[in-house]
Amino acid sequence: MSQSSATKVAPLINGADGKPIGRAGVVASVQGFIARLRSGDIGSLPIVVGLVLIWGIIQGLNSSFLSSRNLVNLATQCAADGVIAVGVVLVLLVAQIDLSVGSMSGVASAVLGIGLTSMGWPLPVAIAVALFIGIAVGVVYAVIFVRFNVPSFVVTLAGLLALLGLQLEILGEHGSINLPFKSAIVGFMQRMFVPDTLSYLLAALAVALFVSSRLARARRRRAANLSSSSLTSVLVKAALLLVALEFGCWYLNRSRGVSLPFMLLVMLVMVVDVLLKRTKWGRAVYAVGGSVEAARRAGIKLWPVYLSVFVLCSMLASLGGLMSAGRLSAASISSGTGDTNLNAIAAAVIGGTSLFGGRGNAYSALLGIVVIESIANGLTLLSLTSAVRFMITGGVLMIAVIVDSTARRSRAAHGAA
Amino acid sequence: MQPTSATTSAQPEAQAPPVLALRGVSKSFGAVNALSNVELTLRRGEVTALLGDNGAGKSTLVKILSGVHPADEGVVEFDGRPVAISNPTAARDLGIATVYQDLALCDNLDVVANLFLGREQTRLFLSEELMEERALELLHQLSAKIPSVRTPVAGLSGGQRQTVAIARSLVGEPSVVILDEPTAALGVAQTAEVLNLIEKLRDRGHAVMLITHNMSDVHAVADTAVVLRLGRNNGVFSLADSTPEELVAAITGATDNTVTRRAARAAERRASADDTRSRDEEATP
Repeated sequence: MSQSSATKVAPLINGADGKPIGRAGVVASVQGFIARLRSGDIGSLPIVVGLVLIWGIIQGLNSSFLSSRNLVNLATQCAADGVIAVGVVLVLLVAQIDLSVGSMSGVASAVLGIGLTSMGWPLPVAIAVALFIGIAVGVVYAVIFVRFNVPSFVVTLAGLLALLGLQLEILGEHGSINLPFKSAIVGFMQRMFVPDTLSYLLAALAVALFVSSRLARARRRRAANLSSSSLTSVLVKAALLLVALEFGCWYLNRSRGVSLPFMLLVMLVMVVDVLLKRTKWGRAVYAVGGSVEAARRAGIKLWPVYLSVFVLCSMLASLGGLMSAGRLSAASISSGTGDTNLNAIAAAVIGGTSLFGGRGNAYSALLGIVVIESIANGLTLLSLTSAVRFMITGGVLMIAVIVDSTARRSRAAHGAA
Repeated sequence: MQPTSATTSAQPEAQAPPVLALRGVSKSFGAVNALSNVELTLRRGEVTALLGDNGAGKSTLVKILSGVHPADEGVVEFDGRPVAISNPTAARDLGIATVYQDLALCDNLDVVANLFLGREQTRLFLSEELMEERALELLHQLSAKIPSVRTPVAGLSGGQRQTVAIARSLVGEPSVVILDEPTAALGVAQTAEVLNLIEKLRDRGHAVMLITHNMSDVHAVADTAVVLRLGRNNGVFSLADSTPEELVAAITGATDNTVTRRAARAAERRASADDTRSRDEEATP
């Protein structure tokens, strides 16, 4: 289990996670982490620091910000735009962008509104139609991008306008539609929480999954004569994770608890993370983002990668629109306009996904949206206007992009760009 | 596919059967004849240098072998059978691996991911351990000095990146490895590393084709040099018994050219310097 069982395959070559053989303990993990930071491989650290700062400042100005009650609200507010941000992360990873996620979510909420009211569709049908439109839009983007080589920036900018038009067309003279309050999607978004006991169990289950996957990996690595991380470092990480998750659940459970929409976002992020890191598809996504030419020469077919990414992004934007409509129990001409678009894209970037492609992960969507919604929520608590909120969010986005660019330069300076 | 034991460079005449042979290959782009009637033979355990000036048709030849362009005329024989290399995948499946000058690595991916890019081993999920084991084995065989197979390729030096690119070409155990200007962008020490690597490839039993402009590289590692000039064969030289001047003459197509004139001038200057010195020595009592 410890490093002693690691076989010395080649003395110059290291094992798991780049750690030198024989130093695969807790100390080595920390040292490796510091070395990575120095070389500009900063990952999510700035955003965690930023989040602590933001929470600290707002809490200092209004002591009810970090109350259980408010954090429960905050978590639920994150869900819809967070789901959209996950899709944006995927598109950014292949070094493209989708500027139309806001309009796409607006179309989805309009379809839901009209479907449930004037058309009288059952909820599953309305949801299916909205998601299907999302998929179709993604296919159109991918075809135009791949077939005609139009930059995704332009394709989706055109899409933004076209979808906005479609949203107005669908809503017709209604302008604003209230969803039936009894509708399941409204209940899901507004009133469904994970029962207390179940939340603790789920947190424990997540940690158990983490430990078992790490141990299985260590076993496979030993079977392949590779150095494996030590049992201690796995257990230390697991213990920290367990304490953090259980504390989070306990704190939220003092009020209404962990909301189902937020759980949905967390699970989506976890699934997408596994797809990105552990499958051939995910590897292809990172490769295309790193170097299109290298990916092409390695025999990766480019169009399926672009198609899958654009389709997933539009579909998740659609899902986010449905969730947002459910939370507000309304669909209107202003759904998805205003800050939805920018929030989702900013969340992905603030969370640490590079605009230059190939760097980032699914968790950056979650982190980023928590930051953005914290600002929005905090400034509302402080009774500041949207004017101030937009300016501050814009400032934070600017800082995030500067950090991204600086880190990229630092990687270049360390010969690692 | 099985690498045969190495033949020594001292006796290139003790010939193994050719693994790859071009017979009368021609290729034109519109009115331009890029290659006409070119012959080329590659043998296992032998390094063949492909020489030629800019525009001699080297790149076109590489592209034909790696399946980027099909040949217009002529026969490509692989292990004695005529084959059609219609696309890059066909070349790869035959066992012809090409390492391009720009390496085509993904900087954001680690060494293992780059080695197996496009042909990852999977069992529901990526089999990272199997790939890492194989990567370590390959790099070990090449005596490669890579700090860690889990560092992103971006963090490696030019020579190390070249090593990764060459190791990647070996993942499918090809019979033929084509290296396009592997030392063009490298410093002295790194060039030496890559030359060692080329010898390792030869000793592993691959047929190596080395495209280069660097005469000292050719003399350092090649067994045979094939010279192209204006799209035609302009001689096949055994490096054991040919001089750099002969090669340059074949490449430029003349015995009187800038390179020889320069060499002659340098020789003249040396001779006159010696002359002066000897006269000075005579003058001093």
